[in-house]
Amino acid sequence: MQMTYLEAIADAIRLEMRRDERVFLIGEDIGTYGGAFKLTKGFLDEFGSKRVIDAPISEAAIIGASIGAALNGMRPVVEMQFMDFVTNGFNQLVTVAGTTAYRWSIPVPMVVRGPSGGGVGANPFHSRNSEAWFAHATGLKVVCPAFADDAKGLMAASMRDDDPVVFFEHKGLYRKIKGEVPEGEYIVPLGKARVVRQGMHCSIIAYGSAVHMALAAAEEVAKEGIDVEIVDIRTLVPFDEETVLESVRKTHRAIIVHEAVLTAGFGGEIAARIADKAFSYLDAPVKRVAAFDAPTPFAPTLEQAVLPNSTVIANTIRQTCSF
Amino acid sequence: MARKKTVGIPAEFRREMLRYMLMAREFDTAMLRLYRQGKAFGGVYSQLGNEAVSVGSALALDRTRDVLFPMHRNIGGHFVFGQTLDQLMLNHLAREGSQMRGTDGTGHYADPALRIYGNVSHLGAMIPVAAGFSMADAMRGITTVSMTYIGDGGAQVGEVHEALNFAAVHKLPLILIIENNQYAYSTPNSLEFACERLSDRALGYGMHGVTIDGTDVEIVYDTCLEAVQRARRGEGPSLIETVTMRMRGHAEHDDFSYVPKELLEEWAAKDPVERYIDRLDAGGVLSRAQAEEMRTEILAQMIEAIDRALDRPWPAAEEGLRNVFMTPTGEQR
Repeated sequence: MQMTYLEAIADAIRLEMRRDERVFLIGEDIGTYGGAFKLTKGFLDEFGSKRVIDAPISEAAIIGASIGAALNGMRPVVEMQFMDFVTNGFNQLVTVAGTTAYRWSIPVPMVVRGPSGGGVGANPFHSRNSEAWFAHATGLKVVCPAFADDAKGLMAASMRDDDPVVFFEHKGLYRKIKGEVPEGEYIVPLGKARVVRQGMHCSIIAYGSAVHMALAAAEEVAKEGIDVEIVDIRTLVPFDEETVLESVRKTHRAIIVHEAVLTAGFGGEIAARIADKAFSYLDAPVKRVAAFDAPTPFAPTLEQAVLPNSTVIANTIRQTCSF
Repeated sequence: MARKKTVGIPAEFRREMLRYMLMAREFDTAMLRLYRQGKAFGGVYSQLGNEAVSVGSALALDRTRDVLFPMHRNIGGHFVFGQTLDQLMLNHLAREGSQMRGTDGTGHYADPALRIYGNVSHLGAMIPVAAGFSMADAMRGITTVSMTYIGDGGAQVGEVHEALNFAAVHKLPLILIIENNQYAYSTPNSLEFACERLSDRALGYGMHGVTIDGTDVEIVYDTCLEAVQRARRGEGPSLIETVTMRMRGHAEHDDFSYVPKELLEEWAAKDPVERYIDRLDAGGVLSRAQAEEMRTEILAQMIEAIDRALDRPWPAAEEGLRNVFMTPTGEQR
């Protein structure tokens, strides 16, 4: 069935709520209003106000109360109206949720999800890509889908997982990306990368919106006879190192792309793993394409200058393949 | 400050209250000793002078259906909820067999089977969690009272505000006890807040609030019992400020020289344990000699538990490398 990325996420949540009465939703304006992006439109009517809770603007209380409910056998799905606002609940996620399994051996099955990313002319506070913070936090799983089918399957897997999951939905993909999505129950296990384009000359490792930038760049350089492989890692934690290494061993070249800023981004981690475990296969230095180290700005000209794009990726592919 | 004449607490229950307070007192005293001997490490946070709060409040709960989210100075509540001396000592001394496997200490203990969920060092962070625990049961149509604690210092953290507002909006059966022990580490009340009483804030949240003498275990018990009953009737959360004095430093490394001597002397005269022994003695419930016998018996058990804990090895090093997740992800070194 053809669905947008946004519809696919909503479909996964709806099916899980029908299947498992322990699941409830909580967030700001998710009930009557259906969410700022209308992802939970119709949920209040179907599931009622006990399972679709409009909360005060209190990210720490929302995430904290969800942790408490998860400790008590529920499986909350928390919406951050924009993923940027997770900073207001950061302590709950990182300090409490991320350490509970380790300290108490008790599961905290919850998903904190919301729209992240730029390219839509928002501003520094509605555009951030903060996934690397959580990959660095310990005890949190981090999911960044790029396609509609993955968005559905990874959401279902996240909701069934016994660990806290931070689920980054790219707002620029919500309605732009549409694809065939399996109907009914569909699970994509966490920690499995997906080779979205087969190629011989160079591997691009990407996730989220960067996968689409990489696909466009690959089409561009294909005209010049450069055959690019693209690995969508899909989840940062768990990280499917093996699929990445396998691709690099085949193509001998690696470029990592993410929309988040360069310094201390997850690309650095991937580069280090490749250098550590596939060094002898490399014919070129591992390159990274990422955002300029700045907040995501408002004006379109500035935003385009800060965020990565397919032209920069194509140039980096050419450079890497010239070795 | 609300004062209330306590009537009708059975003698047996009053002796039980004293026993728990003595356990808390002797546990803390033992930990101070172990710290000085170099056998306890990390932060040793005592609740000396605050035993009436942790014991009186926890006793107001129904241990079979309610839930306790104690802070690091609420050891008394752990005993009330059935924690064994052995398990507490293993945890505090980070020995093999501790339920937290040596991953954490300093009273951050959770034992779900006993309906105890511990704390983290970030003050106020567990208050929304306690609210959410009750919320989950409210969704199932069950009223589970969550009792949790914060200090006069921690009460200034933003998450406390969010949690109380959230609990009030959802009429959750949450009881927050603000243990006002006069100092947040070295910072006195006057530099922490400008309201007269911390319970004044309850009005702003639309919840019940009261300030009481935190050195009188029966006042604490009665006040908490009322709050529990209110919560069970579906009347929502309560905020109870208990006024006490922290009789030691923030932790044992701290010589608390910033606290005026006269203030400590003034509060020492109101020692909750000694005063309660006097009251039970005067009321013919238990003589001071019998109370001392009780204390000696507890002390003997304490020493045995300490010896057993210190005989245990440190946890196996591999414990540090597992269980970051419930479903492993292949974490890296």
